Amino acid sequence: MSLDLAVRLDRGSFSLEVAVAAEPGEVLAVLGPNGAGKSTLLGVLSGLLRPDAGHVRVGGRTVTDVEAGVFVPPHRRGVGLLAQQALLFPHMTAAANVAFGPRAHGVPRREAEDRARALLADVLPDVPGLADRRPAQLSGGQQQRVALARAIAPDPELLLLDEPLAALDIDAAPAMRALLRRMIREGKQTAVLVTHSALDALVLADRVVVLGRGRVVEQGPTREVLGRPRSAFTARIAGLDLIPGTWRAGMLHAGDRMVAGMAESVDEGGSAVAVFPPSAVAVHVEEPTGSPRNVLPVRLASIEPRGDVVRLRAAPRPGGPDWLDGLAADVTPAAVADLAVEPGADLWFAVKATEVQVHPA
Amino acid sequence: MLPVLGLFQRAAWARMPELLLSDAALSALRLSLETAAISTGLCILLGGPLAVVLARSAMPGLRTVRSIVLLPLVLPPVVGGLALLFLLGRTGLVGRQLDLWFGLTIPFTTAAVVLAQTFVAMPFLVVSLEGALRTAGRRYESVAATLGASPALAFRRITIPLVLPGLMSGAVLAFARCMGEFGATIAFAGSLQGTTRTLPLLVYQEREVDVDGAVALSLLLVVVAVIVIIVGRPRQLEGLS
Repeated sequence: MSLDLAVRLDRGSFSLEVAVAAEPGEVLAVLGPNGAGKSTLLGVLSGLLRPDAGHVRVGGRTVTDVEAGVFVPPHRRGVGLLAQQALLFPHMTAAANVAFGPRAHGVPRREAEDRARALLADVLPDVPGLADRRPAQLSGGQQQRVALARAIAPDPELLLLDEPLAALDIDAAPAMRALLRRMIREGKQTAVLVTHSALDALVLADRVVVLGRGRVVEQGPTREVLGRPRSAFTARIAGLDLIPGTWRAGMLHAGDRMVAGMAESVDEGGSAVAVFPPSAVAVHVEEPTGSPRNVLPVRLASIEPRGDVVRLRAAPRPGGPDWLDGLAADVTPAAVADLAVEPGADLWFAVKATEVQVHPA
Repeated sequence: MLPVLGLFQRAAWARMPELLLSDAALSALRLSLETAAISTGLCILLGGPLAVVLARSAMPGLRTVRSIVLLPLVLPPVVGGLALLFLLGRTGLVGRQLDLWFGLTIPFTTAAVVLAQTFVAMPFLVVSLEGALRTAGRRYESVAATLGASPALAFRRITIPLVLPGLMSGAVLAFARCMGEFGATIAFAGSLQGTTRTLPLLVYQEREVDVDGAVALSLLLVVVAVIVIIVGRPRQLEGLS
């Protein structure tokens, strides 16, 4: 077990009481709304907060044990951090930033610099002269890549990722997400990822813990938890329609069905998920013929008003695939009136391929 | 700017070299530069740790400590000088003990000049450095800790370089304040040529007997002030980039 945590922490009206664990090389995503206790959990892991009861073990070493009076300070935990902001040390070059961790661990200067340059070449291969630049001379996306290199340079036992994509603009986020997947998940770096985004969890995490008001609401393998949310709470966080399957010949194969979408660095034959927002789903009473590539036969399970829109939830028709369960379509109240349907009716959900993102999972 | 222009207009340029190169002027200039440099050093030595405590500590009573530190900033310097005199004078609270135990007398010595300057200039350094420490925040230190840096290492390699521009501008301000110190010095150290008569004191005295001399020395102080700004400013602007 690379991470084993069971703590209780009381701060006035808020209390956090959670137990989570991660195997070596596993990436654990922590999802939850604001105020659910995600940041508090990271604080407990990194040693910035002292819990009131319980223990934290990282890489087989006890770093916090309230009953036994053990509390290892942050700098001796072997717990790295990549936050929303890159927070590169502004007075040092990129290389010096990355070499800082190894140097602090007593690695000789030359060796630390070589490691820094190798890591930088890995995270930003197409930017020559990057190593000698100051952070102010780098773009936000480049800074975050350097920050990732810096965080993994000392070989942390556990890496904390605190919404690492939240501050990046839309253009920079996908590339950074792919880089994180390569360096963290495929690099077998044990990590805890805090995020608001179901997509980040799907792409980066092996398992998901959903927090709500300081308690674990749900946990399990990412695709299971987000694909078939057992609680309305998780479904709301996921906020996305998701179809799991295998990527072959330019299509996502889910059972005997195929889904067309826009793929992003997906391996042929690899497992993948098709993700799309419920607002991209058009609902038909008759099987539509026309441009939408993806037409799914469903049975209407429920009708939920959600502010300005109405969310139609699908269930599989008898004999249909499980993954249709819980698919959502957001339509206007007027459209619902036109459809004139009740739960139990058979409908068709149609999604344009351009609205569907396919990610490796 | 206008008052300075007034000085230029009143200056007797022909007599300038003679006025500035007199023994009295040169010894006052040397004394001013030396004492201001030593005082600035003392400000950094004493004010630096104080600023760190003010910016980083969470102990109770910190606001009171800060008010006391800022007191010399609002106190008339001559009052500060008198206070120093009654504390460290031969009959003063501490001064008597110094005299009894070590045979030390501080008032009306060069040491008194340095103490008076340090007293009035230190708030400038503390305020400037505390601001820089607060702006730098603790976030970088936290990041350094997650990279394995002990608090001491993080302070040396991260915090100090980050606040260096703030420290420099604070030191420049303190030095300038030391160079211009008058009230506390005359009250606590008197005006003895070569020992305690700094440039501003000489200006005041010359004004009574030779207005041309006073104006010449004043212009010298203006030049020193301009040099201080030129030397201090670029480092300050260099900032974090």
